[in-house]
Amino acid sequence: MTKEFEPVIIGFTCNWCSYRAADMAGTGRMKYPANVRLIRLMCSGRLDPTFVMKALASGADGVLITGCHPGECHYLEQNYKALRRVKLLKRTIEQMGINPDRVKLVWASAAEGVKLANEITKFVTEVKEMGPLNWPGRSRIVEPAGVAEEVPA
Amino acid sequence: MSAKAKEKPKFAMYWAASCGGCEIAVINIHEKILDVDANFDVVFWPVAMDAKYKDVEAMKDGEILLTLFNGGIRNAENKHIAELLRKKSQLLVAFGSCACEGGIPALANLNPVEEIFDTAYHTISTENPDGIHPQPEYKVPEGTITIPTFEPVFRTLDQVVDVDYYIPGCPPESDQIAAVIGVVISVLEGKAELPPKGSVLGVGNSTVCDECERKRGVKKITEFKRIYELERIDPELCLLEQGVLCNGPATASGCNARCPTAGASCTGCYGPAVGVIDYGAQLIGAIASVIDSRDPEEIDEILDGLVDPAGSFYRYNLAGSLLRTGAASWQEN
Repeated sequence: MTKEFEPVIIGFTCNWCSYRAADMAGTGRMKYPANVRLIRLMCSGRLDPTFVMKALASGADGVLITGCHPGECHYLEQNYKALRRVKLLKRTIEQMGINPDRVKLVWASAAEGVKLANEITKFVTEVKEMGPLNWPGRSRIVEPAGVAEEVPA
Repeated sequence: MSAKAKEKPKFAMYWAASCGGCEIAVINIHEKILDVDANFDVVFWPVAMDAKYKDVEAMKDGEILLTLFNGGIRNAENKHIAELLRKKSQLLVAFGSCACEGGIPALANLNPVEEIFDTAYHTISTENPDGIHPQPEYKVPEGTITIPTFEPVFRTLDQVVDVDYYIPGCPPESDQIAAVIGVVISVLEGKAELPPKGSVLGVGNSTVCDECERKRGVKKITEFKRIYELERIDPELCLLEQGVLCNGPATASGCNARCPTAGASCTGCYGPAVGVIDYGAQLIGAIASVIDSRDPEEIDEILDGLVDPAGSFYRYNLAGSLLRTGAASWQEN
């Protein structure tokens, strides 16, 4: 029996909005897939594109970045910075042959637990459709979904 | 030279997949090259002298004191010599961008091998009426002749063998080379100690921007331009502020900001500055933050001005980056 592919998704969440939204989803007992591992940042503007590169290179199949809605950033306008970085990052990884849709930016306020849970569910489905990324040299923490490609020797 | 009272330590320099610019940079240290000759016995340097691989193979392990290895690992021959020189050398230095981080030839990692050969042998710019395509083996009446096989991806020297030191640059600045050679000579004379293994030598502790004399203000980019598209290059103002992509913010200092000073933007040959893990990602972060727009569509329009993001941000660093290659080149192999 073949197991269904369970993607690994790394989520970078903002302390002031989406991390609390995830908390809220939890306290509200809303369900979302367990594929996403959330990492709390103080702001989506803290997201160094290096984090995304490292996640993809180390075995993530997708990266979700969440921040406050435009105009609502706790640090005034850093979420716009995140928006610009993600846009440029997507263009770059696309050239490197990675589907840019594996990186997604979502706005979710602290009150939007339901929205965040829905967005996560949607993203997990999307990444499942894209299949595993299996970047060479990656070190998967969870059971691999398929036979791993060797690192080019 | 007088009679060999004491045997001089041995020196080697090799070029793998590279252009030869590194060797010229070494020659460009001018009269300091005489110090090299006075202090070292040059045993192997294919560009400058006649020596055969079998001469190196005949040496004892660790017989060569210092080897400067430039160029990355593109084919089986590069790999073989890298392994050989590692065995025969006490100190193996990755010399220049290609050996350190991949350099220009590593950009081929964005394409599958077939495409590379296609471009090289079968496109309109190549005169190849007989459609010759190189084969690793070819039978002739006298027997089979072989050429080194092409590796699926281009790799840096330290992805193949253990490396003691790194001297980045495309090519490394001659005064930096002279300084490093000076240090090695002082070590030989017992006046200094070797830096810790893995050190990046011949670079500053800061970024190119820090060394650059151009005036910097608040950066607000509303349009990216290539340098020829500027009506007039302001000789005083930061190039990035003029809308020209300049890799200075993420690049290690050490070159005296030669290119930006001359009016050409920094392309990042000195490699990542201290603390930078992924050069391209760092640059994406820096460049995207100074774009002056909050409107998604407008941002896209501005970004359209960057015609080749991967090639610009990873120009010398693709093989040494976190992702190391494009998907195409590893999936095909």
